[in-house]
Amino acid sequence: MLLPSALRARLAGAPGAAEPLPVERSPAARAAPFGFVPRPVRFPREHEFFEDGDVQRHLYLQDVITQVAEAPEKSRVPEFTCQVAGCCQVFAALEDYQHHYHMMHGNACSLCSRAFPSEHLLDAHILEWHDSLFQVLAERQDMYQCLVEGCREKFKNTQDRKDHMVRLHLYPADFRFDKPKTSRGPSMPGAIADLSTRTLADDGDAMEVCPSPMTLSSAPVSEKRTYSHRVPSTICFGQGALRGFKSTKKKNKHH
Amino acid sequence: MPIFSSFCMWSQRQSLLRRVACGVEELRCRRREREAALRKARRERQLVSKRLLREAPEEAAEEGAAAVLGEAEIQHFLRLAQRGTEEKKREEALVTLRQGLQHLETQQTFIRLEGSMQTLVGLLTCNRALLQLEAARCLHELSHSEQSMVAEACLPATSYLLTYLSGHSSNFIELCLYTLGNLIVESEAVRKQLLPQGIVPALASCIQSPHMAVLEAVGYALSQLLQAKEAPEEIIPCILNSTLPQHMLQLMQPGPKLNPGIAVEFAWCLHYIICSQVNNALLITHGALSTLALLLLDLAEVVQRTEDAGLELLACPVIRCLSNLLTEVAVEDVEGQMQLGDERVVAALFILLEFFLQKQPSLLPEGLWLLNNLTANSPTLCTSLLSLDLIEPLLQLSSLSNMVSVLVLTVLCNVAEKGPAYCRRLWPGPLLPCLLNTVTLSDTEVVGQSLELLQLLFLYQPEAAQDFLQQSGLQALERHREEVQLQDRVRALQQTALHG
Repeated sequence: MLLPSALRARLAGAPGAAEPLPVERSPAARAAPFGFVPRPVRFPREHEFFEDGDVQRHLYLQDVITQVAEAPEKSRVPEFTCQVAGCCQVFAALEDYQHHYHMMHGNACSLCSRAFPSEHLLDAHILEWHDSLFQVLAERQDMYQCLVEGCREKFKNTQDRKDHMVRLHLYPADFRFDKPKTSRGPSMPGAIADLSTRTLADDGDAMEVCPSPMTLSSAPVSEKRTYSHRVPSTICFGQGALRGFKSTKKKNKHH
Repeated sequence: MPIFSSFCMWSQRQSLLRRVACGVEELRCRRREREAALRKARRERQLVSKRLLREAPEEAAEEGAAAVLGEAEIQHFLRLAQRGTEEKKREEALVTLRQGLQHLETQQTFIRLEGSMQTLVGLLTCNRALLQLEAARCLHELSHSEQSMVAEACLPATSYLLTYLSGHSSNFIELCLYTLGNLIVESEAVRKQLLPQGIVPALASCIQSPHMAVLEAVGYALSQLLQAKEAPEEIIPCILNSTLPQHMLQLMQPGPKLNPGIAVEFAWCLHYIICSQVNNALLITHGALSTLALLLLDLAEVVQRTEDAGLELLACPVIRCLSNLLTEVAVEDVEGQMQLGDERVVAALFILLEFFLQKQPSLLPEGLWLLNNLTANSPTLCTSLLSLDLIEPLLQLSSLSNMVSVLVLTVLCNVAEKGPAYCRRLWPGPLLPCLLNTVTLSDTEVVGQSLELLQLLFLYQPEAAQDFLQQSGLQALERHREEVQLQDRVRALQQTALHG
């Protein structure tokens, strides 16, 4: 196809267009048996017009998916230990450490050392477990927010919230990031018994790394609000990815 | 040029994707087979299926991969993973399990084993990060199964997969997304669980990630979700209500930050949304037309510089989106939309048409379809076709196929019907020999469109009738005298030519 040489220059040039030629239609133009009318055409998704392009798209996807299924190459480095206090995990690959750091220390509560998979769940935890104002308000109004992102419903207590999540959001009844608060002392015997059978090394537990039963029962609901321990989101690992994109919410909670 | 280099890297990755373990001819043969299978699937409306997503899973298994695992072995590895004392051994147990799970028999045994999924979910949510990762990989294998029963057995894990999408571990998130993508494709029943569990808000949160691989995975998962049969009623309204459309468009903005791998995914997502016609006006208010037009210009620039970048994979959905959206813009507004009154769009489209001619001729009809939609109600762009000397290049395409001929002739009709000022520029010129050729063809649609064009030319540029007569045009028309769909128009033209 021989394109005029000036075309490429036109593309690189300024926006705009020449003055359009005058339009002057004769009624005879559309007289029978002729019937041409200029008309933009739309095609719905399943139309056969799209067959070729769709097939090309899926050929591409097949290649991508095949690659995804293969376990990635890890960048091996000399063994090193996680530097976070109290953690002594050893790693020999950067990707492994990155995952560990984000999951175990990324959204961790400084008051009780529990780790959460997301900022959202950590925020809910701090509010519900460590905020005395929350407790006060909760006696008078519905404060327990649904844990599903995007749902704004609030409830009187954790049980009602759980019921909502199970019924409406089809969440499992034993969702592991919605543990009931267990630091209320003897009023929740079941919980204490639960704790005493657990050890730090019990990995059957959800991600939350709980302190030993002794420390927990002696840690009352804190009156004074403290800063939550959040890994600065600008920390990044080996891959040079940009960080600092996420929420503009305050990182530090004051009371 | 920054955009150029990112396209270059993408194309290099494309060629690395297929391990060249066999010869070029074998690859070509296999590709033809894959293409035939996909074509068949599309005609049966079965294009979105996992079976086709990954070809021959057995082939994808690494050399020395584990054989099929039996019940006792699965139990052993699960127990070891869950309760072993040595970290390394626990991981290895899961790796072995994963390799076994590449086989359908292992998958079936696994799901039949009581408590197995529960254990796996427990490992997915335990406090050992690397075990979580390996458990997620096992889940990914299962999610990919051809057998519905196996994939649906993964449902207990979905609330966790979605929760993890809001985290920061990019590799893990990527894996969760591809797993979800597989499950999404599985069945409406699965999607009926994922939607109330909040997959749309989860994706909306994930699309703000700075990680390229995560964004591509979001695009993939979303594109699978959008292809669901029930998407127009159940899914697209939800998505249009979220912040996803704005983010998608942002990721398609041309410029140094444009990542073609990511843009491809979201361009396809946009296509599925637009052609479902749920609320395209909303997309227009978000600036979709502008973004798409600018991206088209950008693509035309890049295509001139790179040899083989797979750019047609991006050009195709962009063209479809633009073209379909144009049908929603009121006639008077077409030129008002700044980019669409800009003749650079026409220049860009022709550069892309030439690119298609070289690399992917099957996409020519789609490009010409856009040209039709651009010119139908736009005197400005019809004038551009004339002033940029694009009529002759357009005619060069017309002998390629019947479909292409009809489209070329339709675009020419768009120009001619605007009156004498336009027809004066179409005749005399290369149009005469072209039409003399097309009216001798046997395809009724091609001939029909030629007749419409001839009528417009005879009407607005009377010399055209004379020239046509002198070149034995009448005889050429004769052969269609008996054709039901053509005879009236043939006779009318002959009358006009003879008697003015």
